[in-house]
Amino acid sequence: MTVIAQIGHLAARAFMRSVRQPGQLFFALAFPLVFLAVIASGLNRASALKGFPTDSFVAFMLAIPFVHGSLFTAINSAIELGRDIETGFLNRLALTPARGVAIMLGNLVGGVALGLAQFSVYFIAGMVVGVDFKAGPLGIPVLFLLAALIAIAFGAAGMTIALRTGSSDGVQGMFPLFFVLLFLSSMNLPRNLIEADWFRWIATVNPVSYLIEGLRSLVITGWDFETLALAFGIAFAVILATLMASALAFQERLTRT
Amino acid sequence: MIAVALAIAWRTIYKAFTLPSFLLPSLLFPLIFFLGFAGGLSRVDQVPGFDYAPGYTTFQFAFVLLQSAAMGGVFTGFNIAHDFDRGFARRLLIAAPRRGGILLGYMIAALVRWTFNIAVVFVVALALGMHLDGGVVDLVGLLLLGLLVNVVGTLWAAGVAMRLRSPQAGPIMQLPIFLLIFLAPVFVPIALLHGWIHAVATVNPFTHLLEAARSLLAGGTAGVAFAFLLVPALAVMFAVWAWRGLRSAEAAGG
Repeated sequence: MTVIAQIGHLAARAFMRSVRQPGQLFFALAFPLVFLAVIASGLNRASALKGFPTDSFVAFMLAIPFVHGSLFTAINSAIELGRDIETGFLNRLALTPARGVAIMLGNLVGGVALGLAQFSVYFIAGMVVGVDFKAGPLGIPVLFLLAALIAIAFGAAGMTIALRTGSSDGVQGMFPLFFVLLFLSSMNLPRNLIEADWFRWIATVNPVSYLIEGLRSLVITGWDFETLALAFGIAFAVILATLMASALAFQERLTRT
Repeated sequence: MIAVALAIAWRTIYKAFTLPSFLLPSLLFPLIFFLGFAGGLSRVDQVPGFDYAPGYTTFQFAFVLLQSAAMGGVFTGFNIAHDFDRGFARRLLIAAPRRGGILLGYMIAALVRWTFNIAVVFVVALALGMHLDGGVVDLVGLLLLGLLVNVVGTLWAAGVAMRLRSPQAGPIMQLPIFLLIFLAPVFVPIALLHGWIHAVATVNPFTHLLEAARSLLAGGTAGVAFAFLLVPALAVMFAVWAWRGLRSAEAAGG
């Protein structure tokens, strides 16, 4: 069996395992939408601030479900990998001819496939509530591609944590750290409108701000190539770093077992 | 019953403070919300009509205090669900002579965890320049309000956990509380909300608790008496819910 086929089988397993847990799936799908609805309604008045880039707060916030969805996908995939380690499935898999790269990427690809299905729901929900997608039809695949890259980056980071801790509880304990990155970013306001200096500084050094701004630019600005280049560049850099970290963790995990 | 309660409380507190997977989520979430909202949204106090005298940091502290109290109860519900899933609760039901102590023990643990968490957030808030216009009595009232909300949150989550007895119950415990919390005037006073969210916030009981907490921090009394009537009533209602959950777990044999 080729490596691609191995990845396909393991990705299908990861995808189906998530689909068979309706509680988890519903939460990953519904929570970002509910969050969008309540935050956009509650903060709608903020669009009256001088210098706010759009008159629609929902459009401003539409990028957030994509990042939220990526996060939940990453967390759920990492928890499942933690369970695979706890139950000994990973050890048994390591005894088969399956290649290491297939074992790692299979889990990741399955998670991203699920993420893409979620992104479609978020995008349709945005259009239903009247968001004017400024980048036009050509911007849609770019939006999904960037969101998928974000999901891969978070997913590889989650995989590293699962491989290092070796348990689903360990992953659950670490996942709030992902939310730190999300909440301490330019998620709720553009960086130039953040009044607190300390927060603006954190948001500026936080790579997640640039990922959000890349997605957001497609929705509210159109084609802002500088913002997009920064977002894609950071996404690729984070993927490279997290994949290397997870490959190292994977090697160590197999050596230990 | 007290001995059972103390044993459960000690075990849960020990786990909560020694296992990162239990400590981090319940501590980090209120901190993240506070830093993210008070820091990231501080300019919102310049929106025309925003008139909360102590400032936006204090405005958000009131929210985080009640949010963490309610969600602290949910995190305890996760612990209960895990205990059932792993068979510990089944042994507990066999061993405990007075099973009401099990519920009480989880509640005590939740109160201790929340008090620790909110103390950390309080120190951070003061360091970030939170203004307190209320006096000691107001702060004690605020703490009491938070403790009561924590009890309500725990009883709700315990009722769900004991009925479903699986970690899969997590979203069922979490989502209604999340909706109740966020369908309130979280970011601006209720007068500045418009449309469906204003209508929902007006009938949302959490709005009254939030406004009472903000009054206490501002040294006022508006809505405080009503909040202190409302929370005990909710506590009684959810005590019945949790008690029936315990009975359901007993009937199912844990």
